[in-house]
Amino acid sequence: MQHFYFDHNATTPVAPEVLHDLAATLVEVSGNASSIHHFGQAAKQRLEAARREVATRIGCDAREIVFTSGGTESDNLAIFGIARRAIVGSAGRLKKHVITSTIEHPAVLNACAQLEREGAEVTWLPVGPDGIVLLNELKRALRPATVLITIMHANNETGALQPVREIAAMARTSGAVFHSDGVQVAGRIPVNVRNLGVDLYSVSGHKFGAPKGIGALYVRKGIPLEPISFGGHHERDRRAGTENVPGASALGRAASLTADWTVTSALRDRLERGILDRVPGASVNGPVENRLPNTTNIRFDGIEGEAIVIALDLRGYAVSSGSACSSGAVEPSHVLLAMGLEPEEARSSVRFSLGPANTESEVDGLIEAVDASVTHLRRISPSGMPGESQRA
Amino acid sequence: MPDSFALQESAPRENTSGELIAVAMSGGVDSSTVAAMLKRDGYNIAGLTMQLWNQRRLPEIATEAATGRCCSLDDVYDARRVAEHVGMPYYVVNLERQFEKTVVEPFIDEYLAGRTPVPCTLCNTFIKFDQFLELADSVGARSIATGHYARITRHPETGRYEMRTAVDSSKDQTYFLWGLTQEQLSRAMFPLGEMTKPEVRALAAEFNLPVAKKHESYEICFVPNGDYAAFMDAYLREKGMEPAATEGAIVDAEGREIGRHAGAHHFTVGQRKGLGIAAKEPLYVIATDSGSQTVTVGSNDDLLRPGLIAREIRWLSLPGFGAPGLNTPARLRVRIRNRHIPAWATVYPLSENRVQACFDEPQRAVTPGQAAVFYSGDLVVAGGWIE
Repeated sequence: MQHFYFDHNATTPVAPEVLHDLAATLVEVSGNASSIHHFGQAAKQRLEAARREVATRIGCDAREIVFTSGGTESDNLAIFGIARRAIVGSAGRLKKHVITSTIEHPAVLNACAQLEREGAEVTWLPVGPDGIVLLNELKRALRPATVLITIMHANNETGALQPVREIAAMARTSGAVFHSDGVQVAGRIPVNVRNLGVDLYSVSGHKFGAPKGIGALYVRKGIPLEPISFGGHHERDRRAGTENVPGASALGRAASLTADWTVTSALRDRLERGILDRVPGASVNGPVENRLPNTTNIRFDGIEGEAIVIALDLRGYAVSSGSACSSGAVEPSHVLLAMGLEPEEARSSVRFSLGPANTESEVDGLIEAVDASVTHLRRISPSGMPGESQRA
Repeated sequence: MPDSFALQESAPRENTSGELIAVAMSGGVDSSTVAAMLKRDGYNIAGLTMQLWNQRRLPEIATEAATGRCCSLDDVYDARRVAEHVGMPYYVVNLERQFEKTVVEPFIDEYLAGRTPVPCTLCNTFIKFDQFLELADSVGARSIATGHYARITRHPETGRYEMRTAVDSSKDQTYFLWGLTQEQLSRAMFPLGEMTKPEVRALAAEFNLPVAKKHESYEICFVPNGDYAAFMDAYLREKGMEPAATEGAIVDAEGREIGRHAGAHHFTVGQRKGLGIAAKEPLYVIATDSGSQTVTVGSNDDLLRPGLIAREIRWLSLPGFGAPGLNTPARLRVRIRNRHIPAWATVYPLSENRVQACFDEPQRAVTPGQAAVFYSGDLVVAGGWIE
């Protein structure tokens, strides 16, 4: 059976050009970028070239890029690197205050929960029914002790784009540092961190054609960032550990590619329209306008999203539902719950996320498969949700 | 065991259609061997694991050992490796809500009511079959296969599905399977029912399964260390219900108080340890009464009972009294615990789904809340709950 991939918000395949670059770097560049000899210099050159490519892609200076192991590390470095250093009140007498939202990725949610355990106060901003953070709530939450705001650029489940520019302006006025998790945006649609006005911005390689295990954090010049792991003087004392030169090089190469994710937008619309037209009881979660061009999150009344994911996989189509817990089973999406959906509604939702390689015929096949799967699932469980039958 | 019925041939299933079969994967050697056998025989299979309980949910009772039990990450990891080894698609499905509602909550209720519940029976009926069949439906599989030790046959004339004890009587699991319906039996495959455990292990080794040498667990999967009371206290506290600080009297057969206890739900009929009373001969729990918080103790002989009444009888292999092969009253063997050797009894109908069994020899520790399962030879005739 042929398998088709519609889960690009989870991860993307390595682009051929990137694979070539990665293999070449592994073979040609064997040195440690911190070494002073020929081998070290070659590695350093490759590393810095990659840094420039990443910087160019998001509109900053190369010195403002810190390579990390990926989105989660970038988020953690930003959050702990700012919050732990900050001092509030005379001699740190006041509690530090951090603002985030209820729809963040677990890398941000759980980092903030850890800050809370370490004694900080955290405000979890609500979102509207469209999954977009409420700015007036942010305004109310801001206070002099607010040291950090961390709000994502685009949500991974609904694709909802957050008002990052407005948040940046509010942060600037209040004196708080603003970090944004740009993992779903960077490398896909044009980003200019200067125009956005963010202070820190997380990038993940494997969301746009680079391999897993490489990412970056933009740290605006002048933002004091404390390291969170300790070792050598790598990455200007901001991230210790021998640099992953092949990974960084691959990230740079992926950042320089012009894979056109905006073309994906038309395919996404075709998919969404096709499903809504053919499948009764289907509706879109989240905004229709302000969202990533590749993402649609669709709710199918009365069916478990998990069952649809399995049924589609058995038909050769990879999509996702909620976020996987440690066992691989699915939990209802905290994002959809935060948008006010009932748990059953959240559980009956499926995320489709496209990539540059998807084709029109794949999309049409997926529409067919969704229709067939939903029809089958509704037939076998006419009373409602599978798995909800009561004890006799 | 005398056999009043000739063994019918196993209910045949065809593997020529390419029809999908859903295999319930626990990560253990039994279900893994089932998957490998079906694959070898040319079936089109998919593996499914039901995530039933979050072992980290009640941190106050979590132990290191919890990582090695049912629904643990290790088991899911093992099941995934087996699926890869066998070459089948594999999914983990979250049924924690359903498990809590149909197994854990009734378990707590029964325990608090002073009975000793059998969560495995509830789990088998409502989760491992009801829910799993729905899962099978959702992936388009008509039949399911599990690693249970039991056999399914079909009566050649009536067409009724019958359940029979496993060939390996030491592994027989029919005590937990009497709640199955005809519909469920018609869709189930138990390939291990015809095999002994050593044969299964040998086959697992032959298939080179990564779990071939894994040892098995016997404890109730969601109760670490078998400490029901600690589980209940932690669970009730999580629900915001402070476990009632109960205490009461431990009395002897004549009703004389000989000690105190900290809650009748800590005790189970037949239990010997943990009474905290010194006596000339060993003392056993004879009865518990949650209402008056009285725990009655006595000698081993005081545990003997001449019979039992069972309610909510489910007829399995035979449709009921009066069916061919079942006189009224009926001479059957009755099993009152999983490892209990079924005892001969004369069984009388009391009402449509209530029966009285009079044992030929008195039986030890007949425990309200446990199941009574009725056998005719290797045929599982019916089951019900001991009153």
